[in-house]
Amino acid sequence: MPAELEIASVSKSFGPVLALDDVGLSVRAGELLTILGPSGSGKTTLLRVIAGYETPDRGAVRLRGADITALPAARRNIGMVFQNYALFPHMTVGGNIAFPLQMRRRKRAEIAEIVEAALRLVDLAGYAARYPSQLSGGQQQRVALARAVVFEPLLLLLDEPFGALDRKLREAMQLEVRRLQRRLGITTLFITHDQEEALILSDRVAVMNRGRIEQVGAPTEIYHRPQSAFVADFVGESNIFRGHVAASAEGASVIVLDGGVMLDCAQAWQQGARVGAMIRPERLTPADVPGRNVLEGTIAEAAFIGTAWKCALRLGDGATVLVRLPTASATGLPASGARLAVRVPPESIHLFALE
Amino acid sequence: MSGAIAFHAPAATRRPGGLGAFLLILPALALFLALFAFPVLRLLSLGFADFSFAWYAKALTQPLYREVFALTFRIAAATTALCLLLGYPVAYWLATTTQRRRAIGFLFILLPFWTSVLVRTYAWMVLLGRNGVVNKILLGLGVIDHPLALIYDFTGVLIGMVHVLLPYMILPLYSALRRVDPSLVQAAEGLGASGFAVFRRVYLPLTASGIAAGSILVFVLALGFFITPALLGGGHVVMIAVLIQQEVGELLDWNFAAALSGLLLVLTLAIYALVQGAVERRQRGRP
Repeated sequence: MPAELEIASVSKSFGPVLALDDVGLSVRAGELLTILGPSGSGKTTLLRVIAGYETPDRGAVRLRGADITALPAARRNIGMVFQNYALFPHMTVGGNIAFPLQMRRRKRAEIAEIVEAALRLVDLAGYAARYPSQLSGGQQQRVALARAVVFEPLLLLLDEPFGALDRKLREAMQLEVRRLQRRLGITTLFITHDQEEALILSDRVAVMNRGRIEQVGAPTEIYHRPQSAFVADFVGESNIFRGHVAASAEGASVIVLDGGVMLDCAQAWQQGARVGAMIRPERLTPADVPGRNVLEGTIAEAAFIGTAWKCALRLGDGATVLVRLPTASATGLPASGARLAVRVPPESIHLFALE
Repeated sequence: MSGAIAFHAPAATRRPGGLGAFLLILPALALFLALFAFPVLRLLSLGFADFSFAWYAKALTQPLYREVFALTFRIAAATTALCLLLGYPVAYWLATTTQRRRAIGFLFILLPFWTSVLVRTYAWMVLLGRNGVVNKILLGLGVIDHPLALIYDFTGVLIGMVHVLLPYMILPLYSALRRVDPSLVQAAEGLGASGFAVFRRVYLPLTASGIAAGSILVFVLALGFFITPALLGGGHVVMIAVLIQQEVGELLDWNFAAALSGLLLVLTLAIYALVQGAVERRQRGRP
């Protein structure tokens, strides 16, 4: 099946700044793909290229097989929710949602009906006559969403739409967007710098850094098997070490970290190669006895975060390891300066190539 | 440190509109009352001298004066319309171009402001006269075979007034256009709006207040305009200000001049109230 949206070798620079560096991405029909990256990574530029607000210097954008690279935004049939919602302040809620239908010269009676249905869809029935400034942030958000999908666009783009909302509302809106997207089956591109949001919402995540896409994959794949130090570091909490492969066999290897620590690892790798090793803090378990794959150090810092204790463990070679101990399993209260030994299960170590 | 404290301390104790602030405006107020309000009221009272409405009756009933008023309003309306038509694209360009080009644009718009109206009007006479630059070029090119009458008529007055009053239209339009959020324009485009639809559905309603402000300003200024119609009208196009000047300067009929001034003032205020009322009605119901 051909991709719904195909971005082929797209580059774009603003003066000396290369905002998009040979970006390629395929989006499947009906999926919700999140573009995740820090500010300045080029994700907003990519979205603006897809929407038609920027023309790429090189490369092509194809929607359902048709090249739309040079097509004006008005003729792309793409719905977009802007970061600040961009609701027309001089139109009512109903007027805002009717706007794209009026632009498509739909019949008046038909428009009224569709707008009514769209308002029900986002739980705002009866709000048609209000003005955007009379609504709360979450309600404005839902109006913007209704306006972006009411004309049945081929693609829905969301540009960090939840940035201005408080945490509770943000979580509610995330679920609502997901529910709406599933129900309409609309191919959706979602932009965020919030990795948690990306993991919760997406079918797939594309991680961007410095104008390039570092990795595309399902949330679990991105989280458990990052392919670069950047992805490992940006998505979730992690301990990242550098070292080399001392020995390797079928499905296993021995890694010697730069600090001298030797670790068994349940992943084969080319012998002698430089590797990055990532260990998630929650995969480390307290150890009673020293031995292989046990790290020992003193607790430099400890913080109680409800479900777990978060400790910074200083090893003998000066490296710091983040450890997350479930509140239930922790034997007593980890105190600053106390000795602690943790076991690193071989299957918890994820290796990736260093560039 | 003491500076910071001194800076903050009065803010806590100062009440808005206190007696101190009022005392500070007294000199300006006194000057205004003595040199402007008093003479104007004195002049206007001449229109009702001896409790007679004879001068107002004359101004309102004689067809000649009604025609002058009608012509004045027609010219003011045409000037306003032309300024709006010419000024909106300029204001749009200023609001959307780069910082550097905007600075240069403003320089060219404000440059005439710093030149005397008299000089500019004479410049138009040189350009548009029977033997003026425009006619000579057109004759030389063979486009016309006898000179066009470009001044001393409606057209000449209109050209001169639009030229002088255009900046008064551009500046309020510019500030209104600057306040339009660019993402609204992009949203409209993304939702399928053509260039014209973006203008009609987004720019126009969002800059309505600027259009009203600029139009009132230009219209009111045009109503009372004197130098340009006096020179470019050449006695053929008599606007109300020219007529008032004639009554005072040549016919020495101060009472009638006062009545004409009073009428102009009332009509100007009425139009201002009308437009302002329309703008407020438009905005009512919308927070």
